[in-house]
Amino acid sequence: MISVRGLVKRIGAEEILRGVDLDVASGETLAIIGRSGGGKSVLLKHLIGLMRPDAGEIWIEGQNITQLSERELAAIRKKVGILFQGSALFDSMSVAENISFPLREAGERDPGVLRAKVREMLEVMELEGEEDKMPVNLSGGMKKRVGLARSIIRQPSCILYDEPTSGLDPVVSDSINRLIRRLQRRFGVTSIVVTHDMKNAFHVADHIAYLHEGRIYFHGTVAELQQSSDPVLQDFLLGRSEQGAAVSSPPS
Amino acid sequence: MITRILTWLGAIFVRFIRYLGEIVLLAADTFRSIFTHPIRWRLFLNQVVEIGLLSQLVVVITGAFTGAVFSAQTYFQFNKIGMGSAVGAVVSVAICRELGPVLTALMVTGRVGAAMSAEIGTMKVTEQIDALRALAVYPTDYLVVPRALAMMVSMPLLVAECIAVGIAVGYLVAIFLLEVNGTYYMANMVRWTRNRDIIMGLSKAFCFGILIVFISCHKGLTAREGAVGVGRATTEAVVNGSLAVLICNFFLTMTLNIIYPAGYQ
Repeated sequence: MISVRGLVKRIGAEEILRGVDLDVASGETLAIIGRSGGGKSVLLKHLIGLMRPDAGEIWIEGQNITQLSERELAAIRKKVGILFQGSALFDSMSVAENISFPLREAGERDPGVLRAKVREMLEVMELEGEEDKMPVNLSGGMKKRVGLARSIIRQPSCILYDEPTSGLDPVVSDSINRLIRRLQRRFGVTSIVVTHDMKNAFHVADHIAYLHEGRIYFHGTVAELQQSSDPVLQDFLLGRSEQGAAVSSPPS
Repeated sequence: MITRILTWLGAIFVRFIRYLGEIVLLAADTFRSIFTHPIRWRLFLNQVVEIGLLSQLVVVITGAFTGAVFSAQTYFQFNKIGMGSAVGAVVSVAICRELGPVLTALMVTGRVGAAMSAEIGTMKVTEQIDALRALAVYPTDYLVVPRALAMMVSMPLLVAECIAVGIAVGYLVAIFLLEVNGTYYMANMVRWTRNRDIIMGLSKAFCFGILIVFISCHKGLTAREGAVGVGRATTEAVVNGSLAVLICNFFLTMTLNIIYPAGYQ
């Protein structure tokens, strides 16, 4: 469904992505892991056309989106939802208005239909009774759920999650993980989850891709990653810094 | 040394030209959108309330005290040469052609332009504009078009209000405080104030409205680096908007004076 070929992105003098190749099959859940500041979110934003690459191609459902104009991208964006790291809720709108926003923009004006859809989404997100609250009055976990409800209300075929559990306590993180799994089962969508939270990645992913120094260093199943003896992967999985790895490795 | 100064000046010039280019492109994108895509009338009405209705007090006070002080100052000078009754004509023409449009535009830049760039800038740095784009909504359609249309409608009305209040308060000050003869005051004012003076003021208002809205929206859309970036964008929107109003006012005056010449003809 999604295919990335030779993606290169420079921001200022720094080359963030140095030729990323990646394939995501339809209905699959892929977790992209990697160190903070390693370009995971940049890669994710390229997948929905929010950033333009310096080189390379991104194919979604047979269409190279890097050649589309901002207006032409609208058709692709209706098929792909995204949950932003900071939720990016519209702070001038209530929870219900945020969730129903994509439907209103798509031309739905019937208040009954909008109310019913919002209620359904709130039920899926376990947020019943919160529809009149403003984003400023929501906790971090609730904001993520509202953001997720907004991105799936039009039933996209693919959902992108940018650090869905960052800044949340373990209990709320676990509820978000369960929610991602439930959405996969209920709607059968393709999902790409960018995270550095390994628990989150292992919980939700069918496959894992490790982004290292601007390239996909590893792409395989959760079991393959866990069994790998590659020192770079082991350092990341065990949370060892370079200094830590040097101390723990035996002198040669 | 000279090469370094020339390079520095050249860089500033290139940055200025690029800035102008970006504003022109935003304006072109907005006008294209107005004519080719559906307009969000609810957002437009919200902006009319924000720009037009909520600026009433500011504009009325600006018009009233400008008319009052201009009437008084003109009287103090004209009365020395026995032309006190000409105050009405001077106040009226000056407020219609210059003071009304320019002062209203400066007040709107401070009140509305700052709010626009701060609001859009905050949306930019909190990824709300990215969220709009991700939800297949083109930011120019959603954010700039309603504001631009509301500004084009509201500014001429605000300037008309400022002119009316300025002239009315100028009259009251001249007649009741300075004891100018009311009949002569009105006769001179009506004789020397022509439709073209009002049209010139309203034309300027329309142009200033366009300048303010695109400068402010552009600053908001290009805001960077969190709260500091939004603060900087807001300040620059007000400063650039005010300077653009004052500079363009000169060129508009020279151009419009050819179409609508001043004086009794």
